[in-house]
Amino acid sequence: MHEPLAIETDVLVIGSGAAGMYAAIEASRGGARVFLIDRSLIGRGGATVMAQMTVAAALGEEVPDAPRHHYDDTIAAGRGLCDEALAQLLCEEAPACIRELDAWGVGWARKDNHITATTAPGHDRPRCVYVDFINTGPAVSKTLRTVMARNKDIRKAGDICIVDLVACSDGEIAGAVGWHVGSGAAVVIAAKATVLATGGLTRLYRRNSASLNMGGDGYALALRAGASLIDMEFVQFFPIGHLAPRLVGMDPIMWDPFRYKLGGRLLNGRMEEFTSRYGSDEDGKYVLPRDLATYAIFKEVEAGRGSPHGGAYLSFEHCSAAALRAAFGPVIDRLAANAIDLTRMPVEVAPIAHYHMGGVIADAQMQTELPGLFAAGEVVGGANGANRLSGNAITEALVFGRRAGRSAAARAKALARKDLRPQGARAALDVVSDGHGSGLNTAAMIARLQAVLADDVGPFRTAAKLSRAATEIAALAEELGDHPPRLAGATDAGFDLQRLEWFDLRNMLVVARAVTHSALARTESRGAHQREDHPQMLPGWRRHQRVRLAAGGLQLSGAPAEVLV
Amino acid sequence: MSTVATLKIRRGSHGEPARWQSFEVPFEEGQSVLDGLRWLRINKDPTLAMRFSCINANACKECMIQLDGETVYACTARLEPREMTLTPLPNKTLIRDLVTEIAPPSERFK
Repeated sequence: MHEPLAIETDVLVIGSGAAGMYAAIEASRGGARVFLIDRSLIGRGGATVMAQMTVAAALGEEVPDAPRHHYDDTIAAGRGLCDEALAQLLCEEAPACIRELDAWGVGWARKDNHITATTAPGHDRPRCVYVDFINTGPAVSKTLRTVMARNKDIRKAGDICIVDLVACSDGEIAGAVGWHVGSGAAVVIAAKATVLATGGLTRLYRRNSASLNMGGDGYALALRAGASLIDMEFVQFFPIGHLAPRLVGMDPIMWDPFRYKLGGRLLNGRMEEFTSRYGSDEDGKYVLPRDLATYAIFKEVEAGRGSPHGGAYLSFEHCSAAALRAAFGPVIDRLAANAIDLTRMPVEVAPIAHYHMGGVIADAQMQTELPGLFAAGEVVGGANGANRLSGNAITEALVFGRRAGRSAAARAKALARKDLRPQGARAALDVVSDGHGSGLNTAAMIARLQAVLADDVGPFRTAAKLSRAATEIAALAEELGDHPPRLAGATDAGFDLQRLEWFDLRNMLVVARAVTHSALARTESRGAHQREDHPQMLPGWRRHQRVRLAAGGLQLSGAPAEVLV
Repeated sequence: MSTVATLKIRRGSHGEPARWQSFEVPFEEGQSVLDGLRWLRINKDPTLAMRFSCINANACKECMIQLDGETVYACTARLEPREMTLTPLPNKTLIRDLVTEIAPPSERFK
């Protein structure tokens, strides 16, 4: 094999959603040379670009507001499990980040010359800003990319698959080893500080609302480097993901903004309102919390009262064509191209994997347990406890990204004279250079894993289902083996998608194990983790579970009794 | 009416002679060309290289290819019960199969 390409930088940022891009910008402002990479293309993969509408921040421009009110709502939604320092940072620094993006020209929707906000479920007042028409994520992403384009100290590269973090001789994280998907070349990146900004794990589920590269890479990289994860059992399901009729060119969570602006009626297969059966009347308004709505739809389907495709109906038939046009402009034309006329027909919706509350442990400086490694955005665990408040995802990406960039630059400056050499690169490089023809159908294996998680590690869990999932995940890991495939007979190694999927699966499987075993151990129901065999929320379980890799196994702690799985 | 779509795909990497390969995929009203390509990779040939990220939202703009000589997004182009010819973008450097170098120069690895 060729010698690996060696790159040296002050700050390495892995992942180019809002968290990674903001970290890169802030680290550069702190005087650092930055290398920003992504498994997909810069600013195109990840969750940010998919965000439809709301970003929570206590701006107080339309009604009086303050970060402490935002904090109270965040803590209440988190069902007793929010990391208070992270939640406080999120709420306190949100307005400054929103205003900085405003100055950069993101285009927040305005009324009467000030930034306007909507009231998302769980917020006590209008607090969620947005860019019309359901263009928040693309606008945030494009704005940050444009800011980076003006900055020569930020080097960027898409199509880089990171295989492992590497440490220097004193054990501190000193960069990463990966390969360039476009050419197949191995890459060793030496960095004085590394920021993980890889997002969540929604790709583990069959129906999900995020991009292809959200397979939990950062969780797996952190685990293999020796860090702990917390709260891995808490996967948030978005209750009204689009189900039917087939709708192309729109994100499946698109009905959220429709509900903010127009209310809408949630109906079962018999066209009856049903949420009152589960303790919450909607009355045409959008107030139902995500965990309760998911439960209500699931139970209606279970009782044989689901819509034809196994969800619920969402109806805007009471709205006039003019009202729909005023609220959503060009989106109405995109619906028409899919033969959907909301004045005449309901659509079908069902819960869909949306966000992960758990993740890498970090303090309010975004420092992880490992010196030299910082984390930002969804990959960080704890800020949102057992259930994330609507609108906090992009906010945490911005706030945590900015903070991580600042911390990483400070470390790089402090270590300016230190010659950091990754020592542990050999093992990772061995995996990168490994390769042989293989009959593995990696695409089918990913589909199988997604089915296992969707069917047995979804929002409603039992010991029997979780145990079955654990067995199937172990079997998939056995099948995957330790040696990545390589296209046989290829004249070059460019864009070997099967090989890339092998590395994706290597990460997805260890993360799936962490989620499944954490869920099995938590013998209560709380927020996004609902155990049908343990339906009560128990005071004794108001604690975080941690998971780390030790002695070849996953070690789980924090439960009333420590368990090794 | 036919219940399959036939995807005729130009295969091969940069510098290799083109190979043409046809696959039948199940046709269902309303599906996208990307739905067909994803089905094909899972059920027939996982070695097919293609670029996509957001799957359905038309947000990432990564799945640009040519369909019968017209540039389209595979995620919004509709699958049809006929032969559909899929080729990589002609004005971008070919990497493999349907994948071309579409990143702006400042965002590429070099």
